[in-house]
Amino acid sequence: MDRIPILRMGEFLLVTIQVDMHDQLALTLQDDLTAAIQRLGAKGVLIDISALEMVDSFIGRMIANLSRMSRILDAHTVVVGMRPAVAITLVELGLSLAGVETALDVERGMRRLRASVGESGASIVDLGE
Amino acid sequence: MSTSANDVLPLRNEHDIVLARQQVRRLSQELGFSLVDQTKMVTAASELARNAVIYGKGGVLRSETLTDGVRRGLRLHFIDEGPGIPDLTRAMTDGWTSGKGLGLGLSGARRLVNDFDIETAVGRGTRVTVTRWK
Repeated sequence: MDRIPILRMGEFLLVTIQVDMHDQLALTLQDDLTAAIQRLGAKGVLIDISALEMVDSFIGRMIANLSRMSRILDAHTVVVGMRPAVAITLVELGLSLAGVETALDVERGMRRLRASVGESGASIVDLGE
Repeated sequence: MSTSANDVLPLRNEHDIVLARQQVRRLSQELGFSLVDQTKMVTAASELARNAVIYGKGGVLRSETLTDGVRRGLRLHFIDEGPGIPDLTRAMTDGWTSGKGLGLGLSGARRLVNDFDIETAVGRGTRVTVTRWK
């Protein structure tokens, strides 16, 4: 089955969404990510959506849910890389992603995560291995 | 105004929702829509295709490219033969949902297009037509 890979960088998790997600793939990601946070005791999650050409209400809700679920599991989430056209469309659609922390790119997002835990992540490990 | 009909795409499952997005992306690119307009039309199509799949129990997407003098546009018909919508006013309200969604499907899609039209009959189905001009 298709899965979106979750990478570990020290105490952070990195998720890069690079495909046009069908709904089940988005739901699988929720399960996988919350399981990974719990298993690894991750303190932060970076979700890179720079490859997403559109975010509809379903995917937007998935992103907001990921952010909330992580918070409850004591991990800080930053969503990075939203395209301007996607941001414009989301707001007109009526979805403001309230409570979702965002940053313009991966570098700024990582800086935000490091600041939130006070230290930096280390090597990258692919959890799919 | 002249129209030219494009393919009819079945909307049976969530993979078809992805295919609908890709078709609408391709057609809006061919019409020379700006990136923001492409994104709006694709997002509206995604909402309406999902409605047809989930609430309409499956349907079809019919696309037409329009020419009106120098204006060009894209018109999409989402047609299902599902249960229909008993209370259309309520269904068009932000935040109201009969299912597990956010209730932004119809009302949100309407804000993303220039023209929005919906016909529904209980027990017979629903047809949503949206148009966006370049």
